[in-house]
Amino acid sequence: MAAATDTPPVASDELVRPSGFFLRRRRFADRLVRLILFAAASVSVFVTGGIVYILVGESVVFFSQVSIVEFLTDTQWTPLFSNARYGILPLLSGTIVVAGIALLVAIPAGTTLAIYLSEYAPAPVRETIKPLLELLEGVPTVVYGYFALLFVTPLLRYLIPGLPGFNMLAPGLVMGIMILPYVTSVSEDAMRAVPNHLREGAYALGFTRFQAATKVVVPGAFSGITAAYILGMSRAVGETMVVAIAAGQNPNLTFNPTEGAATITAYIVQVSLGDLPHGSIGYQTIFAAGLTLFIITLAFNIIGFYLRRRFREVY
Amino acid sequence: MATSAARLPPADYGRLIGRARRVDLIFAGAGLLVMLVAMGMLMALIVDLAVDGMGRLSWDFLTSFPSRRPERAGILSAWVGTSLVMIVTAFLAVPLGVGAGLYLEEYAPKNWMTDVIEINVTNLAGVPSIIYGLLALGLFVYAFGLGETILVAGMVLALLILPVVIVATREAIRSIPQEVREGAYALGADQWQTVRMYLLPAARPGILTGTIVGLARAIGETAPVITIGALTFIAFLPPAPVQPGFPFINFEWLNSPFTLMPIQMFNWISRPQAAFHLNAAAAGLVLLVMTLLMNGLAIYIRYRIRKGMR
Repeated sequence: MAAATDTPPVASDELVRPSGFFLRRRRFADRLVRLILFAAASVSVFVTGGIVYILVGESVVFFSQVSIVEFLTDTQWTPLFSNARYGILPLLSGTIVVAGIALLVAIPAGTTLAIYLSEYAPAPVRETIKPLLELLEGVPTVVYGYFALLFVTPLLRYLIPGLPGFNMLAPGLVMGIMILPYVTSVSEDAMRAVPNHLREGAYALGFTRFQAATKVVVPGAFSGITAAYILGMSRAVGETMVVAIAAGQNPNLTFNPTEGAATITAYIVQVSLGDLPHGSIGYQTIFAAGLTLFIITLAFNIIGFYLRRRFREVY
Repeated sequence: MATSAARLPPADYGRLIGRARRVDLIFAGAGLLVMLVAMGMLMALIVDLAVDGMGRLSWDFLTSFPSRRPERAGILSAWVGTSLVMIVTAFLAVPLGVGAGLYLEEYAPKNWMTDVIEINVTNLAGVPSIIYGLLALGLFVYAFGLGETILVAGMVLALLILPVVIVATREAIRSIPQEVREGAYALGADQWQTVRMYLLPAARPGILTGTIVGLARAIGETAPVITIGALTFIAFLPPAPVQPGFPFINFEWLNSPFTLMPIQMFNWISRPQAAFHLNAAAAGLVLLVMTLLMNGLAIYIRYRIRKGMR
């Protein structure tokens, strides 16, 4: 009955079954594909593993020469000088100041814009603005760096006389604009996930749109909005090119935004541009700095991940 | 508030309502203002680059190598490098990302291994790009001994945009109605046949959108490529990928040193002379147009998909 061909036999008047060979081959292909796709999916695990392996591996060598206490408490970061000091604090302060300014811009503006888009804007406006925000998000960071150094800084120097050419204010402000679309879209998603009947209930009680937004929608989307802030924070801390271009390259333990200071990321770029031999302690410093950065962003990402998952599960 | 309001004389209700309305309108104004400022920033960015860079933009600029004399410098090696690196990135990121997305959406059993993969994908999307650069420096450049080549740059950018492609694939696959799968199974198709003949074709526009967005991001990425030690002064082209004689395709370009559009731009910004800043603006303008076109194309395709679904 079963024709010995490897293609499914053409139906005749009697019931035909595919040959055993055909079925076996098909099952083999199915399993092979499953295995290949699994391999593709597990690449992400290997990438994470690779990152941890490289960062920790090089940092272990670094910390065998520099104590962790010195790394965390010394107030000088001068690994490339002859009397090298290895305190991460100046790089951390630069990172915190720039990211802080960015968040001072992006959080209020992003929340306002998200509420506006989700609760106020008529559909045509929303459908026009969201793609434009995506375009804003797609602008290469090096272009934002140019903008910060050669457009925003001169503008600020006009307002604040004596502002140095490299300062933390300009890149902070520009970075705020840069992460604004991200904060907006994540918070807006969270607000749109609040079911409509809650809004309608609020309107039925005579709430204005603002009251409905602040008393019903924002509390309902609270964990999602917090996730947007934290993920935005993670982006601001890890952002590289804007600060490498516009904030200067001097490690500087200060919280004054009108001074220039290197961030963790800017330091890594600075060393990469130079010619440090592989295996030298200067080379290992960028991995120790990278590990610090990785741990900070990982913590933010984990918190953001759980907060985001929570708002999805509530409704 | 409700109880105190209930005791108010009737005339005060009007004031209360009036105040709530005013706050409402003020906030609407604030929302509009933020929106306009954000759009204004995008405009200012484009206009600033255009004003500075337009004068340098010419055919010669596109066909000249970088030079120590700003007025003779161009971006030939930069855009050729970017194109070649993007080829490598697309060839790696698309199969890996689509494969991973398919696995997670269609095949993955619900167990701890799947959870580990899912968490990894989410986490990788949030890792700063410069960390990928450190990974590439330590692993690809030194541990594997691949050097600072087009291949390594393509690999690191592919890893960087992998989460974007994975998420886009998953969303596209998830939006296909369950009936399509059941119909295919009812006709005797097995899982791979269903995926190959029905799901992948239906998900193609969504996957395409994600790939374009990912590549647009990769084109503008600077930090991870600087970290692997990409040279910034390249006054030659990599060997051509195609050759007249047998076997017609040449893979030597993969091992060639390179420069990229954003790296060239960064290099010019870092110079003190203002004339180089004009070059940077011109290069930035080309880069910006490239990424805006790609993102615009992706938005347009997504718009078409949504219109088709309605």
